[in-house]
Amino acid sequence: MSLIRYQIPELATWPSLDRWSNLRDDLNSLLESPFWSSFGRAGQLFSGWSPALDLYQNNDNIIAVVELPGMRKEDIEISLHDGTLTIAGEHKSETPNGDAERSERYVGKFRRSITLPARVDANNVSATYRNGILTVTLPKAEEAKPKQIQVRAD
Amino acid sequence: MAKLELEEIKMNTMVRESRDVERGQSEQFVAPTASVVEDADGYRLQVEMPGVNKEGLEISLEDNELTIIGHRSLPTVDGTLIHRESRQENFRRTFELDPSIDGNKINAKVEQGILTLTLPKAEHVKPKKIIVS
Repeated sequence: MSLIRYQIPELATWPSLDRWSNLRDDLNSLLESPFWSSFGRAGQLFSGWSPALDLYQNNDNIIAVVELPGMRKEDIEISLHDGTLTIAGEHKSETPNGDAERSERYVGKFRRSITLPARVDANNVSATYRNGILTVTLPKAEEAKPKQIQVRAD
Repeated sequence: MAKLELEEIKMNTMVRESRDVERGQSEQFVAPTASVVEDADGYRLQVEMPGVNKEGLEISLEDNELTIIGHRSLPTVDGTLIHRESRQENFRRTFELDPSIDGNKINAKVEQGILTLTLPKAEHVKPKKIIVS
């Protein structure tokens, strides 16, 4: 009779899963590189769901418009770190007894980050949520605003 | 077994052209994401339509075909667009309803870009409890 230490099957498969998650990270970072940025949402293949985000700018502000249907405004989390805007939250299932006959809607946590094209004043960021669309207005930092330099004639 | 058909389950590549013969125009639509829950009294259909409010909705029922059109009223942003991921097309999707649904009692409401339709089953198809005396 041989004595082999019992291995929990799930644990035994961890190393290979690790390798997959590295691959996933690699692919995600590839998708985040500038060349792929236009396909940014392809990242959701690996990370669940990510909301569509549009970015606008004018002289004073950067404005992010995010499609987030069916959220409660308390469940939307907006943060700013090192010039990166992150929108996170959770789509909660409304059918806890799980009798969804057919669902295409994403349930679970999501997180979406975008690097802002200019420095912003983190203390004066404002956001509104209407018709399932979140609009975040980020005032540009003074030094990031375009300035006109007057030429003086001698 | 009663059913409510979501005619297509695939989510992305669903831009369709709809020709308006009378006006000779055609418009592109995108099919919104949906979910259906069934209980004893009926179905609850939820359709994700960010940017659509009450005024932008057109819901029609013809025979057993329920058609939902959602016109987006997007926030007007003062600035130049520098990055776009959202789609501009309006939403349109058709659902085939089970004959057990009472078409006269469909109720709709829209909240934060989610349209919720309550589709009650006709009285005669609802399960009934029979009390043994």
